[in-house]
Amino acid sequence: MAKSTNGNGDARRGAETFELKIGLAEMLKGGVIMDVTDVDQAKVAEDAGACAVMALERVPADIRRDGGVARMSAVDMIEGIQRSVSIPVMAKVRIGHIAEARVLEALGVDFIDESEVLTPADDENHIAKHDFKSPFVCGARNLGEALRRVGEGAAMIRTKGEAGSGNIVEAVRHLRSVCGEIRGIQALRADELMAHAKNLQAPYELVRFVHENGRLPVPNFAAGGIATPADAALCRELGAEAIFVGSGIFKSDDPPARARAIVRANTHWEDPAEVVACCRGLANAMEGIEMSTLSENERLANRGW
Amino acid sequence: MAARNKRVGVLAIQGAVDKHLAILEGLGVEATRVLGEADLVGLDGLIIPGGESTTISKGLSRLGLWEPIRAYARSGGAILGTCAGAILLARACENHPVATLELLDLKAIRNAYGTQVDSFVAPCDSGGEPKLAGMQCVFIRAPQVGELGPDVEVLLRVDGLPVLVRQGRLLAATFHPELAGDPRVHALLLAD
Repeated sequence: MAKSTNGNGDARRGAETFELKIGLAEMLKGGVIMDVTDVDQAKVAEDAGACAVMALERVPADIRRDGGVARMSAVDMIEGIQRSVSIPVMAKVRIGHIAEARVLEALGVDFIDESEVLTPADDENHIAKHDFKSPFVCGARNLGEALRRVGEGAAMIRTKGEAGSGNIVEAVRHLRSVCGEIRGIQALRADELMAHAKNLQAPYELVRFVHENGRLPVPNFAAGGIATPADAALCRELGAEAIFVGSGIFKSDDPPARARAIVRANTHWEDPAEVVACCRGLANAMEGIEMSTLSENERLANRGW
Repeated sequence: MAARNKRVGVLAIQGAVDKHLAILEGLGVEATRVLGEADLVGLDGLIIPGGESTTISKGLSRLGLWEPIRAYARSGGAILGTCAGAILLARACENHPVATLELLDLKAIRNAYGTQVDSFVAPCDSGGEPKLAGMQCVFIRAPQVGELGPDVEVLLRVDGLPVLVRQGRLLAATFHPELAGDPRVHALLLAD
């Protein structure tokens, strides 16, 4: 493409630009990103008003049930979904799996989720995400983890929650942790930030950003255990700017109606009458898992650091 | 500033609502969220933000806002649509059909540059609207506009293609002035 000029020397920059990656995350705010495993589900999600879909072979509840190693989805399946919808398509890679991420980038996937839902490929290092044209989203349980991921180049943070559990308690814990720690940093004096960065094990410059701006440097979404319209409203109430719904839709008894209800509740979360209207007439939600029945090594949120 | 004492609404179904509110507040304008017909009353301008056009379009149907927004435009109300907002102002979409307001005499081509890996920032071509000279344009999964009607004026181009157009008091940008933090397009919406 011909290089355009406006005479003041501003250059054209491509998708590797961090502000463009964050820009797409900004466009997803106020939306619902839905896990889908085939073209039919992707169309249900788009018709319900999802702002993006996450293409994966099995929803987290099935990954949890089946066990074994969970990997990046099949390329043919991802391409089929890309062809079938006009909304952004995301897909997951294993933590630290640089080559899976290169495959998704080459496929033109709109957002890559370096996800604890898949079996980690590297138990020490996450991907150096600034090196890619595709933006990345990563899970976090607390502010230090969130800022480490942003430091590596994540353009969006989501809570880990506990994927496939249908139980909102972990997402709530992680949201309260991230947002509460942000408020705590705002209250610090500037000369206390370096010591705080050391304690958080987070990059100093990003801690300083949080101190000055009272928010993460990238959009902050919720994921993991969202199963009802009220769960969506709760996450927004606690500071999430958009939500991911994994198993919660296609493991429920009436996915299209539940998908529409969660989209609606996510737009009108501040209006309880609207949330009531969303809940009316819904079939059963997915079955949930009580956290105390999960051992530490069954908890997906413990993957990554 | 001319913008004082004005009130502008941002359609808040989904998308980059906050960024528009921040620019408007920087201009000294009272900025409000629009989620229903009552929110349109007394507005000096309406912004339809970027986000997902299918999501916002379905939201407009659910909220019954198609006719109220058309009536607002017919009564002389000013509207700025950015990216997905530009698609929603269009007469129709050339691909991936989505319901639109059919206010602006052009066709939108969705995701015209490709997926997110084809997103880019570029300076506008020289020779456009003088008030916007040198604008850096942020394109994210951006649309293009084609089949422009005779009343549609091109204010800015990038690589020779129209990226900001005006028809009466309607403005449509295929890029994101709110992300670059440049208030000049918003100021244009408020100019009488």
